[in-house]
Amino acid sequence: MSALSRREWLLSDQPGSRRQARLGQAYRTWLSFRSNWLAMVGLAIVLALVVVALFADVIAPYDPVIGGDLRTERFLPPLSEGHIFGTDDLARDIFSRIVHGSRLTLMVVVLVAVIATPIGLLVGTTAGYFGGWVDTVLMRLTDIFLAFPRLILALAFVAALGPGIENAIIAIAITSWPPYARLARAETLTIRDSDYINAARLQGASSARILWGHVTPLCLSSVVIRVTLDMAGIILTAAGLGFLGLGAQPPQPEWGAMIAAGRRFLIDQWWVATVPGTAIFIVSLGFNLLGDGLRDVLDPKARK
Amino acid sequence: MSDDTDGGGRGGALPRVLWKIARLLATVALTFLGLLVVTFLIGRVVPVDPVLAVVGDRAPKSVYDRVFVELGLDRPLYEQFWIYLQKVLSGDFGQSFLTKRAITEDIARVFPATLELATVAILIGTVAGIPMGVWAAVRQGRLADQVVRVLGLVGYSAPIFWLGLLGLLVFYARLHWVAGPGRVDIAFEYSITPRTGLLLLDSAMQGEWAAFRNVFSHIILPASLLGYFSMAYISRMTRSFMLNELAQEYVTTARVKGVPEWRIIWVHALRNAAVPLVTVIALSYASLLEGSVLTETVFAWPGLGQYLTNSLQNADMNAVLGSTLLIGAIFVGLNLLSDLLYTLLDPRVRRQA
Repeated sequence: MSALSRREWLLSDQPGSRRQARLGQAYRTWLSFRSNWLAMVGLAIVLALVVVALFADVIAPYDPVIGGDLRTERFLPPLSEGHIFGTDDLARDIFSRIVHGSRLTLMVVVLVAVIATPIGLLVGTTAGYFGGWVDTVLMRLTDIFLAFPRLILALAFVAALGPGIENAIIAIAITSWPPYARLARAETLTIRDSDYINAARLQGASSARILWGHVTPLCLSSVVIRVTLDMAGIILTAAGLGFLGLGAQPPQPEWGAMIAAGRRFLIDQWWVATVPGTAIFIVSLGFNLLGDGLRDVLDPKARK
Repeated sequence: MSDDTDGGGRGGALPRVLWKIARLLATVALTFLGLLVVTFLIGRVVPVDPVLAVVGDRAPKSVYDRVFVELGLDRPLYEQFWIYLQKVLSGDFGQSFLTKRAITEDIARVFPATLELATVAILIGTVAGIPMGVWAAVRQGRLADQVVRVLGLVGYSAPIFWLGLLGLLVFYARLHWVAGPGRVDIAFEYSITPRTGLLLLDSAMQGEWAAFRNVFSHIILPASLLGYFSMAYISRMTRSFMLNELAQEYVTTARVKGVPEWRIIWVHALRNAAVPLVTVIALSYASLLEGSVLTETVFAWPGLGQYLTNSLQNADMNAVLGSTLLIGAIFVGLNLLSDLLYTLLDPRVRRQA
């Protein structure tokens, strides 16, 4: 099939199959997404993060944890020979540490999304579908979690669980689900009484089956957009915990912890603290741009 | 709800407002109870042994057992919660293991520093954010709009502690425009008699202008930084409210009547956008508390945020839970305040309440 006819097949007004209709819809979404160059920049940054994380061993020229010669290679400024971002107080190559740190950042984002999204969906759809006291109890619970500022609640949880990147991920996930639950509930309320749900109920489908098979898929797209928009915030919270010494522990090359370690040398060796911050900034900017773009394409109601 | 009798019209407006306020207060009480449950449970799962923290690890078994009972740890969990609840409601958050003082006393000492920082920050954020949002809405899609959008995006994406360090590096270490970390230089520390705890206010009231200048040059950098983050949020919301208002028919009517454009924007449209803006400002004031935890660490600002992180790093759980609870309560309180203001200020909400 030539390129032109493939395009025509995708954009056909009369799709011959369900698969063609779905692919065509996805293609149209992609076309409208592609016309937003800021969103494309965001996508490029996020893809770059994934690639760097996957091939960190190949890309990083030095070991992220074991430093070089402490007598001659400490505090080399950026653009030194072989050390594009310079070296830190333990003569470690900052570029290599940032490259390896991308794995931690990606891990945090993915794990928080994987833990928090199902919780939010489950709580929200259950509350919205059953209504009544189930709704009241679940939404009160959600409000309580929303009543704490997110970083503060995460701090309290990490204090209870002990510092470390795994506990930071759990703490951030525990504090992330409430907005998703609210969103899923609102979506569920709009479809709860629609005919196809009633039809499924009359056919004898169980509540669990209706929730899982018929309600959740419809809530998914708006929740996924919301999660993408939140990812920058998740990265910033994780970096903040790392900066306070409650997230990833040294010598792990986590960006927030790297800033904390470089703080002592801020005045004379500014690059040790500022370069990892730039990495955090670029990645969270990427997620923000991507999230904005996705929202514009997938959720025309929110566009303004 | 029993007051949903629709025929009332204007006559029913007042009781409805009262009813709505009562409902809000009940919700807040319930939320606060939830906050207590959460902090209580966090306090129970900590790996720190509260008894050891009191008696030290050399105490004989008999002392350990006595304190164990004294702290109520032998009773069932719900009874422990009941005791905790009574204590908190009577203003007893326990003692800090670190400072050996009551938590309430510690918090009263550090809180004014945070309050002062957050207040200056919200002033900066509001004074800069609202005109920027209006400007972006009026010039929608043009350069001004893009500039405001980019400033907002940077605010949403940059780690606040990184910007703080950059600020210190540039404005303090290189340019010497501002003073460094801390609230005030030691030289001035004792020339201000603390009354309100807000150093700007105290020094101004006592006519200590040299001290005032010093305090100002300490606060301006962290406050601008926090203010920048609220500005990002406030300008974005102002823009969207203003776009909404400028598309209304009364704006067209005013234009047809020949009302000057500046008046339409700043008087007609902005006044209508002001009601939701009050909510936005209250919410960003609350979120400054969150930002202050990281900012205070960077700027060695002796406020609640630094107290919290210090206690965290030393596993001083009473202090951690006390400050967490206080921040949560302020958050809930400001949410309530913004809801109340919204109800009282907006006639449309008032009527449908």
